[in-house]
Amino acid sequence: MNLVRGATDYSHRVFDLHMISLWVCIAIGVVVFGAMFYSLFAFRKSRGAVASNFHENTTVEVLWTIIPFIILIAMAIPATKTLIALEDTTDSGLTIKITGYQWRWQYDYLDQGVSFFSNLAATSRDATKGDPKSVEHYLLEVDEPLVVPINTKIRFVITSNDVIHSWWVPALGWKQDAVPGFINDSWTNIPQPGVYRGQCAELCGKDHGFMPIVVEAKTREDYETWLTAKKAEAEAAKSGADREWTKDELVERGKTVYSTYCVACHQANGQGIPPAFPALAGSVIATGPVEGHIDRVLHGKPGTAMQAFGLQLNDVDLAAVITYERNAFGNDKDDFVQPRQIKAAR
Amino acid sequence: MATLAHEVDHHHGPARGILRWVFTTNHKDIGSLYLWLALIMFLTGGSLAMLIRAELFQPGLQLVEPIVFNRLTTMHGLIMVFGAVMPAWTGFANWMIPMMIGAPDMALPRMNNWSFWLLPFAFSLLMSTWFLDGGAPAFGWTFYAPLSTTFAPSTTDVFIFAVHLMGFSSIMGAINVIATVLNMRAPGMTLMKMPLFCWTWLVTAFLLIAAMPVLAGTVTMMLADRHFGTSFFNAAGGGDPVLFQHVFWFFGHPEVYIMILPAFGVVSEIIPTFARKQIFGYASMVYAISAIAFLSFIVWAHHMFATGMPVAGELYFMYATMLIAVPTGVKVFNWVTTLWRGSISFETPMLFALAFVFLFTIGGFSGLMLAIGPADMQYTDTYFVVAHFHYVLVPGAVFALMAGAYYWIPKWTGHMYNERLGKLHFWLSAISVNVLFFPMHFVGLQGMPRRIPDYALQFADFNRISSIGGFVFGLSQLLFVYIMIATVRGGVKATDRVWEGSHGLEWTLPSPAPYHSFTTAPEIP
Repeated sequence: MNLVRGATDYSHRVFDLHMISLWVCIAIGVVVFGAMFYSLFAFRKSRGAVASNFHENTTVEVLWTIIPFIILIAMAIPATKTLIALEDTTDSGLTIKITGYQWRWQYDYLDQGVSFFSNLAATSRDATKGDPKSVEHYLLEVDEPLVVPINTKIRFVITSNDVIHSWWVPALGWKQDAVPGFINDSWTNIPQPGVYRGQCAELCGKDHGFMPIVVEAKTREDYETWLTAKKAEAEAAKSGADREWTKDELVERGKTVYSTYCVACHQANGQGIPPAFPALAGSVIATGPVEGHIDRVLHGKPGTAMQAFGLQLNDVDLAAVITYERNAFGNDKDDFVQPRQIKAAR
Repeated sequence: MATLAHEVDHHHGPARGILRWVFTTNHKDIGSLYLWLALIMFLTGGSLAMLIRAELFQPGLQLVEPIVFNRLTTMHGLIMVFGAVMPAWTGFANWMIPMMIGAPDMALPRMNNWSFWLLPFAFSLLMSTWFLDGGAPAFGWTFYAPLSTTFAPSTTDVFIFAVHLMGFSSIMGAINVIATVLNMRAPGMTLMKMPLFCWTWLVTAFLLIAAMPVLAGTVTMMLADRHFGTSFFNAAGGGDPVLFQHVFWFFGHPEVYIMILPAFGVVSEIIPTFARKQIFGYASMVYAISAIAFLSFIVWAHHMFATGMPVAGELYFMYATMLIAVPTGVKVFNWVTTLWRGSISFETPMLFALAFVFLFTIGGFSGLMLAIGPADMQYTDTYFVVAHFHYVLVPGAVFALMAGAYYWIPKWTGHMYNERLGKLHFWLSAISVNVLFFPMHFVGLQGMPRRIPDYALQFADFNRISSIGGFVFGLSQLLFVYIMIATVRGGVKATDRVWEGSHGLEWTLPSPAPYHSFTTAPEIP
């Protein structure tokens, strides 16, 4: 029922501020509402109360102007200190760039060369029209969490690729808007390993409610292990782009990519939600020349919700998802796209 | 002769038939038109809210797609703000200001007609987007760029045009109020003798004149960005999406006082009547209203603590915002002191006014908490904010509107409303409104963002309670509609003074009030 106390020293400070202002409000409320309800009880006409005729009293009026003013100053002092602390992003040990997309987050470890997208977990997406109660962390689970080391001051630089989003993990004690074309920054320092969950907090279109955030804080060693594995994964993906893929491999991988990146608009059955989100089943692009299809997925269609996925997906995933689209939903082009074709078209 | 006969007729009573309402320049007719429009819009916006609460009744997507959910929240907000609360207050201004200051009518009757008749067209346009390709606006009532510019459907242009029409209407209504209050007071009614409702509306009118052109500018910049190649809100062209929020909230924050100041006025009329005791500090009330109005223009960016403002800006907006608590406190203390050692009775208008003081103050408390910048970065864009502004707008502005309607309807119609049904309506509303909105504080603090069609499981229980409260509150308002219509159609004859403790010029007129209020100026004691 109460505000999340959070996991960091900073979030505890915010929590304390919250409790101070809450108790101030309760105290004022007790006095004011006490006087009000006492009056309503004691000075009822039905009890024979006779109205007196007093009005205006300079002493009282000056007092009830000055006392609140003093209370406000008392509240403002700790609030000022906390705010200044939040804005101090100097001396950080790690910088992570967060980019908001409709509707996923991208995390770039700027000095480590690691970058990945974080999407709503398929288990949650599948359950929205099924049985949400059967899913652990419904709508608060992602395919790839943000992994950070504990006891490190982490600086986040936050921006957006399309509309304004807001990156919010309550346990860290703040949210910060992701504004396209601008960079905001903030910081955290998590003392304990753990998993902290949050959501996009600024209305960003259709799937605003479906872009959760998961932060996994790990010990230094576990973090380094994770980082090494992540780098190896990126290498593997790069080499995968150079070999020939079979159609079945591509379709299988493409189905996964489709259900993460495309399904929100074009729907699982490829029927879309016209007119904003056109159907892929039988569409001119998906059943037309393969070059046109690659171009649309790579570069998007300006002025519409169709994004340039060349920025978000690697060559293998793009080849896979295009192949899948050409061979699913009743589309049977029976052709397929190799990652090197994507590379050439970039 | 025919012309002469017509003119004589015109000056003694309303014309017959439907054209009476189309061509009327009478402040009472136009007031009624505003109030009926506001009631229809209240029910429309309320129906959308019922759909929202139905979708949020349990986790998962049951009734509507996410994009439709966004349209519902957007249209609910736009309709309630621009279609229900604002026109309702203009309706009260039209009905009451001439009667309260001893004038025959509003100062600018023809403009009055026009400013009303723009509104049905504005809202028809806005509602037509439901049926157009692209659908109704889905970017929230705050329509932040670039979601509302680069990323919005073509129907956004219809929305922009509708907002322009509403703005014209509000500005003209405000000009009319100022002209009336400043020029048409009965001899002897100095500004500092004027009823507080007139004072609050005079200040509101200045807020409207200052704020609505900024809104018009905002939507015009959007239009230019969308079609004429400008980049006000587009970083790629040298603009700034956050600029949108600055101009929007420069309008938007005064806007919330536009909705609440007349409520302060109504409550300041009703509490003295039923406490049978004059308002404790008339002068300090006037100063407090003016101080709030001034502050409302210098606090706008407290809606934007998370946008990445420089720390100096954040500190300034935090301090300025906290200051609002001082004059607001003065008002609440005044109401309570007016009750102190009065002789209090609890007719329906008084019940709504007392609930206003209690529940609006709770909304004020959460407002004070939201003013604390670092804490706001946890609260903002969560259900805590939704709870806050619904507390100041529903048991705040809407309860004051209902209090005013019960208070003055005997004067408007010449009939008493049914007191038993009125009290039933009050208790149903007062209980359900808290069941509806209080749990929203809890889910907000726990971490539920606003404007989401589906939520994590830990928010399920409180959302269910909210939804149940919402359905009861929504249904209860049908009782209000019934009571009002029944009172218009008949009922016990009202006396001229109506209430034992009534004070003010409107109660010196017969009930129902004559078509032209004061044809000769009344004596002011």
